Amino acid sequence: MLYREAGQFKTSYAADQQLFPIRQDRIGLILLLAVAFLGVPMFASEYWFSAILIPFLIFALAALGLNILTGYAGQLSLGTAAFMAVGAYAAYNFQLRVEGMPILVSFICAGLTAAGVGILFGLPSLRIKGFYLAVATLAAQFFIVWCLTKFPWLSNNSSSGVISAQNIEILGYAFDTPRDKYLLVLAIVVLLALAAKNMVRSTTGRAWMAVRDMDVAASVIGIRLMRTKLLAFAVSSFYCGVAGALYAYCYLGSVEPDGFSLDMSFRILFMVIIGGVGSILGSFLGAAFILLLPIFLDIALPFFAGLFGLPFSSATVSHIQILVFGALIMFFLIVEPHGLARLWQIAKEKLRLWPFPH
Amino acid sequence: MEFFLEVLIGGLLSGVMYALVALGFVLIYKASGVFNFAQGAMVYLAALSVVGIMEWGAPLWLAVILAFAIMTAFGIATEKFVLRKLVNQPPIALFMATIGLTFFIEGLAPMIFGSDPRALDIGIVDEPIPWILDNWNMVISKFDLIAAGVAAVLVTVLALFFQYTRIGRALRAVADDHQAALSIGIPLQHIWAIVWGVAGFVALVAGMMWGARNGVQFALTFTALKALPVLILGGFTSVPGAIVGGLIIGASEKLAEIYIPPVMQDLFGGNFGGIEGWFPYVLALLFLLVRPEGLFGERHIDRV
Repeated sequence: MLYREAGQFKTSYAADQQLFPIRQDRIGLILLLAVAFLGVPMFASEYWFSAILIPFLIFALAALGLNILTGYAGQLSLGTAAFMAVGAYAAYNFQLRVEGMPILVSFICAGLTAAGVGILFGLPSLRIKGFYLAVATLAAQFFIVWCLTKFPWLSNNSSSGVISAQNIEILGYAFDTPRDKYLLVLAIVVLLALAAKNMVRSTTGRAWMAVRDMDVAASVIGIRLMRTKLLAFAVSSFYCGVAGALYAYCYLGSVEPDGFSLDMSFRILFMVIIGGVGSILGSFLGAAFILLLPIFLDIALPFFAGLFGLPFSSATVSHIQILVFGALIMFFLIVEPHGLARLWQIAKEKLRLWPFPH
Repeated sequence: MEFFLEVLIGGLLSGVMYALVALGFVLIYKASGVFNFAQGAMVYLAALSVVGIMEWGAPLWLAVILAFAIMTAFGIATEKFVLRKLVNQPPIALFMATIGLTFFIEGLAPMIFGSDPRALDIGIVDEPIPWILDNWNMVISKFDLIAAGVAAVLVTVLALFFQYTRIGRALRAVADDHQAALSIGIPLQHIWAIVWGVAGFVALVAGMMWGARNGVQFALTFTALKALPVLILGGFTSVPGAIVGGLIIGASEKLAEIYIPPVMQDLFGGNFGGIEGWFPYVLALLFLLVRPEGLFGERHIDRV
């Protein structure tokens, strides 16, 4: 009743091709953005900004990057965290070594650096496919982290490669409170997400999906495999690189190479899978789920322990946390292999008919 | 030259240890097309259950038998409750499920058997063999040599099992084509249960070897990361590939660790140790550029 496109007639090509063709979607999106930009900063506490909202946005951006590569172009990668590390360290070095470079420009340069590294490690994808490629991307993961630890120039000779992010200042305004940083991250993430949404329905995005579904068939119909695959690696790494720079500058403040571990790559992959492979919205849903789950378990487990009178030591609680995390991931894959985005899609289909089912 | 040989042999022997873990991957991938990332965690679970049961007062042989029972039960349960529900899903979903399984085991195993690092004594000491030390002046660990022997026996047994038994033939049939195997009356689910049982057994052997060498601790799960380059070098579907790949990776890794950092130090200055974390991967990657299916992998033919 409320949510359907009946009566919304498109009279121009522009209207027909717009990003959100249904009016209710547009209203919903504008409301959501209004809440995110205006409502949240008024009411959220400092803890919410720095422990939940900022990491959520940053990981959603990284998951979006991986989703472009894995979900749209079909190239499985296990080195996402390493590309984030490249972004973080590149942003740091641009800020450090180029006098007076605006921070936003160095974020973009960080993304471009990560894109370059991504192309380099994407080259094997022209020869190798499937799980062989997935294992090969582990080379990127280990090699990049090792390089960042061992070449002191990259971290300005700090011990064990720890870098501290410089202050963020844009046009004379210092972004130093968590709320400012949240708004900055939000603006960047919204822009990049819109760009991604546009990109995946363009020629490029369609070429990616053709390659994903069957690369030999795609090359037969005239899609240049090398260009398409490498572009996917470049764009994906760009997103991950920017996410990494934001991770260092807006979330943690100081990072070390070992922080960008294989574990983090897996977490981002989980976000993509749980959220929905090949879905922009799914990256956000997945990031929210994976980030909130440990927090939820932290609160829920002692509660249940108290309920049943079980004496849990803190070690046991952390073990149960890992166990439940693993079990939930398997459970989700079994129950909804297409991810949370699919649930949202089903809900929308239902909403179309609601409340009259015929 | 002697030093070079010593490093080479040490590397080859440690490569056999990698191959032990890689074998478990190959078995499951061959029979069910699942890339079982949880193999490393299974190695950990196996070693931990042996140590845990021994702590409860059981002798070694009983602990090994009980651990084998646990691994088999665990494998069958995995097949029944996770993988069977994911039939017809894309391989990436199955792969993700095994990563979930990894977390599950990493939480479950220490909860039952305790998480503090412990030594596992299986009666072999890690010391140089005096006879070789005297005659050739090389340090070759007795333990590594025995581990290599165990791996050789294991591979031979597996090869015979695959080649000559009814179940082995059924396994190979399933590996070739699920549908065809089903249509000639091979019970697919029994076969998968058996495969997971065998993989559990391989994990048990690998777990005892690694556990006896480095102590039973959480780091055992990282043996999977050592086995992955071996796997892509040798090919996912080949048992001999796992062995040959293990030997190549083991030897080149140790040689690189000795000879590359000094060169880099001369070039850039600073300390460049610890390259064995990534060197096997880069080596395997370069190799894949020449042969995309690994050494013995099945050549993949794309049809449109």
